[in-house]
Amino acid sequence: MIAHAIVFYIFSLIAIVSAIMVTVSKNTVNSVFFLILDFISISCLFIMIGAEFLGMIMLIVYVGAVAVLFLFVVMMLNVAQQKNEWFNSSGRSSHIPVGLLVSIIIFFELIIVIGGWKYKPDLLDSIAIEINTDLTNTQSLGSVIYTDYIHLFQLSGMVLLVAMIGAIVLTFRQRSGVKRQSYFKQISRDRKDGIELVDVENNKGVKIDA
Amino acid sequence: MAELFIFFEQIYRILFLLIPVLVSVAMIVWLDRRVWAFVQKRRGPNVVGPFGLFQTLADALKYIFKEIIIPASSNKVIFILAPIVTMTLALIAWAVIPFSETFVLADINVGILYLFAVSSLGVYGIIMGGWASNSKYPFLGAIRSAAQMVSYEVSIGVIIINVLLCVGSLNLSDIVLAQKDLWFVIPLFPMFIIFFISALAETNRPPFDLPEAEAELVAGYQTEYSGMMYAMFWLGEYANILLMCAMGSILFLGGWLSPIDLFPFNVIPAPIWLILKILFLFILFALIKAIVPRYRYDQLMKLGWKIFLPFSLIYVVLTASFLMYFDLLPGN
Repeated sequence: MIAHAIVFYIFSLIAIVSAIMVTVSKNTVNSVFFLILDFISISCLFIMIGAEFLGMIMLIVYVGAVAVLFLFVVMMLNVAQQKNEWFNSSGRSSHIPVGLLVSIIIFFELIIVIGGWKYKPDLLDSIAIEINTDLTNTQSLGSVIYTDYIHLFQLSGMVLLVAMIGAIVLTFRQRSGVKRQSYFKQISRDRKDGIELVDVENNKGVKIDA
Repeated sequence: MAELFIFFEQIYRILFLLIPVLVSVAMIVWLDRRVWAFVQKRRGPNVVGPFGLFQTLADALKYIFKEIIIPASSNKVIFILAPIVTMTLALIAWAVIPFSETFVLADINVGILYLFAVSSLGVYGIIMGGWASNSKYPFLGAIRSAAQMVSYEVSIGVIIINVLLCVGSLNLSDIVLAQKDLWFVIPLFPMFIIFFISALAETNRPPFDLPEAEAELVAGYQTEYSGMMYAMFWLGEYANILLMCAMGSILFLGGWLSPIDLFPFNVIPAPIWLILKILFLFILFALIKAIVPRYRYDQLMKLGWKIFLPFSLIYVVLTASFLMYFDLLPGN
C-alpha cells in the first residue's frame, strides 16, 4: 500500500508541475511537450484507480493524436514569435476583460465540481445502474454504453460528425488547374489511344488536331 | 523485505526479456541486410564472425566510439531526448507480449490497447528529433512521418476492432487462445494484408520510407544525428519493426500456438513458435524492402485514407453482422 501511495504522489506531482510549466514556459513548443507529459501522468493516475480503459484511451486519443496535431500547428506557425510581438503591442489591454471573464467562470466551475465531491455518498445511492465488480471495466463500459445509453452515445457521435463536416467545409477549396492522377484512365489507356501513325508526304507536314 | 525481493525478482524478469530482445534486434538488422543482398544477388555482410553475424555488433561498437555532434542552433534538451524516447517506447511495449501461456511480463487486461497506445506514441521521437535539429530536411522528414503515422494508426485501430469482435477481450493471451481452432488470418485474410501494409507505413519501412527518403531529404529526421544517438534511433526503429511483427503474429497468426496440435509440432516449446512467426513476418518485411519502389507522398495518403480506412470499416460491419447472424459472438 505504501508503494501505491508513493507512486500516486509521484504521478500527481509530475501532473501538477507539468501543468504549471505549460502556462509558465516561454517556448510554446516546450509548453506542448509539458502538456503531453501532463496527459501521460494523468492517464497513469487513471490506470492506478483501476480505470485502465479510460487511461489507455486517454493515451491513444489525446497523446497519440490530438497532441501531435497541436505540436504540428505550434511548430509550423511559429507561435512563440507572434506571441512576443503581441505582448509588446499596445492592443493587449483590450483582451484582458474577456480573459478575466473566462477564467472566473472556469474557476467557479471548478469550485462547483470539487464541492460536489462532498455529496458523493448520496450520488452513489442514486445511480441508475448497479456497479458490477465482477466485470472488467472495459466490459462493463461496453455493456452500459451500447445498451442503456445507446441514444446518448449516438447523439454524441452525431455531434462529432457535424464538427467534422464543418471542419471539412471550412477548409475545403476547389482549385482549378490541378492535375490529378486517375488510375483507371492510366490503366485503361492502350496503344490505340496513345500512338497514331501518320504517313507524311514530302514537304507537306502534318496537321495535328489538339 | 519481501517487497524488496519482489522488486529484484521483477528486475530480473525484465532483464531476462529485454536482453534477448536487444540481441535479436541486432541479429535482425543483419538478417534484413542479408535478405536485401540476396534479392539483389549480392553477398551482404559476411565478413565479421560466422556468416557475418557479428556485423551489427561491430557497427554498434563503431557508433559508440564516434563523436556525438550536437548542432549549435538546436534545442539541446529535446535533441538529446528524441532518440531516448524512440528507444524507450520501442522497448516498453514488449512488456505485454505473451511468449507462452505463462511467460508474459505483464498480463494486463487492456494489452492490445497498451500496444496500440505505445506504437502511437512512437511518432514523438521522430517529431522531437526533426524539430530540435533546427534544420530543413529533418523538419520536413518529421512532418511527413507524423502525418503518415497518424493516418495509418487509424486503419490499424479499425483492424484491431475486427479481431476484437471475434475475441471478446482486450487481453493478448485471450486473443491468442481464441485462435486455438482457427487462426484469424483465414477468416480475416484481407485485414491481415491491410495490417501488414499499415505496419510497413507505421514503422517507416520501404516502400513507405518517405520520412527518410534519401534521394530527397538526405536522411530525414536523422540527418543531424551522429554516433550513439543515431544508433539509438536505428535500434529503436528495428525494435519497433520486430514489435509490429509480434503484434501481427499475435493478432492473426495465433501467437505462440503451434499450427497443428499434433505430435511433432506440439513438443516444440511455445516461445519458439512465436519467434518463428515473427521471423516469417520480418522476412516478408525485408523482401518488400528489396522489391517494391518507394511510393509518392500523395499516393501514400490516398491509400491510407481513401482505400484502407473505408475498406476496413466495411469489414467491421461485415464481421459484426456475420458473427451476429450465426450467433458466434463471444461472451454469450
